[in-house]
Amino acid sequence: MPWPTITLSLIAVGLVILALGGYLTPLSRLTLSPVIAVQTWVSERFQAVQFYLSAPRDVAQLTRENESLTAEVAHLQTQIIELQQQLGEFRILSALLDFARAYPEYQYVGASVIGRDPSPFVKYIHINRGSDDGLRRGMPVVTQQGLVGRISQVTASAALVQLITDPSVTVNVRLEPTRAEAILSGSITGDIGLDLIPQAVTIEPGELVLTSGLGGNYPPNILIGQITGVRSQDYDLFQSASMQPVVDFSNLEIVLVITNFQPVDLSPLIPTPGTP
Amino acid sequence: MIPVLAAFPVFALLAILQTAIVSRIPLLQGTADLVLLVIIAWALQERVRTAWHWALVGSAFIGLASALNFYIPLIGYLVTTALALLLRRRIWQTPLLAMFALTLLGTLISHITTALSLSVAGTPLPWLETLEIITLPSLFLNILLAAPVYAIARDLAEWLHPEAIQI
Repeated sequence: MPWPTITLSLIAVGLVILALGGYLTPLSRLTLSPVIAVQTWVSERFQAVQFYLSAPRDVAQLTRENESLTAEVAHLQTQIIELQQQLGEFRILSALLDFARAYPEYQYVGASVIGRDPSPFVKYIHINRGSDDGLRRGMPVVTQQGLVGRISQVTASAALVQLITDPSVTVNVRLEPTRAEAILSGSITGDIGLDLIPQAVTIEPGELVLTSGLGGNYPPNILIGQITGVRSQDYDLFQSASMQPVVDFSNLEIVLVITNFQPVDLSPLIPTPGTP
Repeated sequence: MIPVLAAFPVFALLAILQTAIVSRIPLLQGTADLVLLVIIAWALQERVRTAWHWALVGSAFIGLASALNFYIPLIGYLVTTALALLLRRRIWQTPLLAMFALTLLGTLISHITTALSLSVAGTPLPWLETLEIITLPSLFLNILLAAPVYAIARDLAEWLHPEAIQI
């Protein structure tokens, strides 16, 4: 074996022994520190370059994912709104069903309110049911709360309902519990009031106002509202009263039309001038 | 012919918007009258020769949609159209001013016609209350919408009546 090889082998064995004995640690630290620093720097630069090169692909992917998630969120929000609307309609229909159960003697057709009269001088609503659904002129219209009005014009697929707040409307009503008769009339302001209440009757705020059925235009015992104030003068023939309707006429969505009530036409019985 | 035929889809759409949306957004008891505004704005356009036709078609649609007798909106809209055509010749240089003036006059004419007709038919109408809670709020809403409606009508008129180019 030549001498250089033996020398190198000995040096190597010696270094290994020194390393195993921990005597080379300070030296290795001293030697490795700059190497590690350089390696770290190189690695960081490489990672930066790698990120720069691969980033556009990631952004594009993220953008796609973002668009997909945004679309999904929008879709879910739409579903939430639809479900909320369905829930609202379900509540209204449920209440209407309660009303129908409370008055089983009548047959009903449900209808949605699709518009209001373009003139602010009259109080009419449009509903999406017409003569094809069995609706006829004069049929009473109600909600779960009470009386709304009656049908005044009908087409094949829609109808015009005159609300009881219309200024030209009068309804024969009865007060409970006094059972006094009165006349309800609408007004241009949308408020409704009672008139022709006999002076002999003592009425108090809070009394209920129901249809009396007199005149044959509306079925009896349908709730309309509650008396809020009474105006009575000794020199007047009759008392009058203000009332709060139970139906919110500004927010009508779904109504029920009573289809088996036939209004009575009393006009032939009313004497006209010149008739014997 | 096309400008006359165009009145049908325009007023059908306006009648739907009026009954389904505009009439559901009252100020006190007053509501804007989109059909009246479009009739006025259309009549004020210089190139338009179909103002009377549009007034008739608009009246017909409102007559169909409303519980009022058909002649009530007809009278109001025709009188307003006549005034608009008269005013177009007088103050044609300031059409927006004419639009505002006619909105004021048209609303008053339309409401007076309606109120008179209802009173004659026996509907109790307290005049001062009607003015306060219906006419003045309606007037305010109509004036608010007058400028945008005029701009839309002008674009529509330019589209339906393109200016002749000399070559």
